[in-house]
Amino acid sequence: MAIVIDKSQRWRVLAAHVFLIALCAVVIFPLLMVISISLRPGNFATGKLIPDTISFEHWRFALGLPSTAADGHLVYPDLPVLRWLWNSVKVATLSATVALFLSTTAAYAFARIKFTGKKAALMGLMLMQMFPAVLALVAIHAIFDRIGNAFPLFGIDSHWALVLAYSGGIALHIWTIKGFYETIPVEIEEAAKVDGATPWQTFYLVLLPMAVPILMVIFLLAFIGAIIEYPVASVLLHQQDNLTMAVGSKMFLYDQKYLWGDFAAAAILSGLPITVVFVLAQKWMISGLTAGGIKG
Amino acid sequence: MSIPPAVRRFINPALLTMVVLSALYLVTMVYAIGETLLAGTILLIAALALWIYTSQRLYAYRYLFPGIAAALIFVVFPMFYTVVIGFTNYSSTNLLEFRRATNYLLEETYRAEGPTYNFTLHPDGNKFRIRLEDSETGSEFHTGPFALDPSHPAELKAESAKVAPFEPGEPISLKDVIAHQQSLKHLTIVMPDGAKERMTGLREFAPSHALYTPKPDGALVNNEKGGTIKPNFKTGFYETADGETVQPGFHVQIGWDNYKRILTDTALREPFWRIFLWTLMFSGLSVFFTISLGMVLAVLLNWDALKFRSVYRLLLFLPYAIPGFISILVFKGLFNNNSGEINLILSSLFGIKPTWFSDPALARSMLLIVNTWLGFPYMMIICMGLIKAIPADLYEASAVAGAGPITNFFRITVPLIRRPLTPLLISSFAFNFNNFVLIKLLTDGRPDFLNTSVPAGTTDILVSYTYRMAFQDHGQEFGLAAAISTLIFLVVAAISLIQIRTTKIAQDDKR
Repeated sequence: MAIVIDKSQRWRVLAAHVFLIALCAVVIFPLLMVISISLRPGNFATGKLIPDTISFEHWRFALGLPSTAADGHLVYPDLPVLRWLWNSVKVATLSATVALFLSTTAAYAFARIKFTGKKAALMGLMLMQMFPAVLALVAIHAIFDRIGNAFPLFGIDSHWALVLAYSGGIALHIWTIKGFYETIPVEIEEAAKVDGATPWQTFYLVLLPMAVPILMVIFLLAFIGAIIEYPVASVLLHQQDNLTMAVGSKMFLYDQKYLWGDFAAAAILSGLPITVVFVLAQKWMISGLTAGGIKG
Repeated sequence: MSIPPAVRRFINPALLTMVVLSALYLVTMVYAIGETLLAGTILLIAALALWIYTSQRLYAYRYLFPGIAAALIFVVFPMFYTVVIGFTNYSSTNLLEFRRATNYLLEETYRAEGPTYNFTLHPDGNKFRIRLEDSETGSEFHTGPFALDPSHPAELKAESAKVAPFEPGEPISLKDVIAHQQSLKHLTIVMPDGAKERMTGLREFAPSHALYTPKPDGALVNNEKGGTIKPNFKTGFYETADGETVQPGFHVQIGWDNYKRILTDTALREPFWRIFLWTLMFSGLSVFFTISLGMVLAVLLNWDALKFRSVYRLLLFLPYAIPGFISILVFKGLFNNNSGEINLILSSLFGIKPTWFSDPALARSMLLIVNTWLGFPYMMIICMGLIKAIPADLYEASAVAGAGPITNFFRITVPLIRRPLTPLLISSFAFNFNNFVLIKLLTDGRPDFLNTSVPAGTTDILVSYTYRMAFQDHGQEFGLAAAISTLIFLVVAAISLIQIRTTKIAQDDKR
């Protein structure tokens, strides 16, 4: 820009830096604090940002290892953190796979095949997205309660119930994948058709391999979405061993049982991988999404 | 593949028949358990699937079916079902379906007159025999061999030991009897004199009769005390002639009663309106704070004179990348009244220790602070994109005219990004209107209002209020919670309508 730089400019730059650094400090403060707390001995101990004595008791707790109590005997952690983490990963992997399967096929029909009711269906999907599942918790609980009467495997307190409940939330995925399919020239598929491929073959062997980037983005989005989902999981899962990380984490901070340090370690253990994946994937996601171009 | 064509022709029909048969088997099974609605749903899905995957004309729907079916069953259906539940009295006192409540009553027994028998259970090959001994006269009886089956009731005949002698082996231990309790409870033993004995204790069988006998008109006759009870489909209970209710209740349609309660019951109406107001305030202020901060940051980070912009951007993006449940709980700990780090800093700097969790106003400000922390990065990213799209020559022209940055911001930037931003602000409002996770994990709605019939908190928003009603504290007021959820649907629908309008305006502008 060809703006004349006056004197006040320098002061303004300085002020902006001060403001931004202060804000960054506010953003970073809780994160540094959590790291520090996870390394402090005891659950109530207070102290400096850099702890004087470093103790790994909270990390041992989070990893399910026994620690030595004051009177010398071994204490085993009573919250199965690793188990919760595994439950989360399991449910998220399964439901992301299901979501991917359901949305790639549906998006193919929306992008490539003519059928009656297409516009209405697309609009319906968009509307559906606006009503969050948290509004229907009573019904979701009642439905899975009844399904459980007939099929205990899919009833309350089962991970499969959670996978099923998440499988419906694919409206946005369908829109995104449809947008991506539409950027791929139809001619390639038409050429395959001329060569004698069935519609299923053109979809499976020609279109899908070209759509791999967007499929990975969707898988990642669905995976993260399932890991951080709280309301439905809190209603469908009850037994301590069945909980996902999102539901279980709450159990650290009860007034009667305040495991602040243990929580900090568990939070880093479960939150760090997700955060790193998210930050790394962010660039890639944005490019994937814009390449798809969400056109109405 | 070297499958002969003659075989190949039969593969598809054979597979199809197998699938259809197993689906039908499944439906029959589910129906037999008594889940008629579920059986109907499965039947409908199976029939639709069969139609779609065999008809060449419906080819497109083959791709659509799995996804759309999942969305309809697990997203749309629960919404409708919520509305339906809103018109029932489904709650902890009226938990069962009518059929199940009736079955429960029909399975109840009472102890009749007659001798009691001590029993022992004796293994006989794979089967068992029961030996009964009259606790007063000592006369002995025994049954023939039978298999223990926990799922079906069974009737056995007992014979007197005098008629048919029986050399019992060792009886099984009490521990094993307990293990077989479920099966034993289903047994009815018919004595030679015709009396019917049932298990009444771990060592005892005694004459017992079903408490109720059904009559063809649906009433139940009380065999012990006489009189009949009739189902009342207005209240959802079986009632005696003089109006006494009999547990357990069943859920019935009660029309608009839940809505009437919300509007007229003072103990319910007052917290409802307060919570509704706070919900509006919370979502409005959240949007205001996040967009204000986000917009200022976006402007700063688009300023070429500023260095290290990418570092700032990465750091300020972090709150968006960390899973919400973790950062919210971290703040819960940091804000803790006594040992939280925030209060430690405040007390060492200013000598104050605000009670973030017990004072309503402070709890509300805490929610807004945390929500701003969580929400501003999203707004920042959105605004950065929109500002980049503003042509640079506008700013050059205003510089020539001698305008400062404040003028630029309010005269150029804000007016130009307002239109495309509006739909996003509305969806952010809608999101915060239902921001259950924040409320639930940070304050859980507390501190609570006093004098309310259903627990309600000063920081509760409508969704967390319904959650508490249905799944917490008070417990299982499903009908009432569903009614309030239905009201929230209406609000969300209204917001969506506005959003579609503004999106259209924003798109028309672009063209």
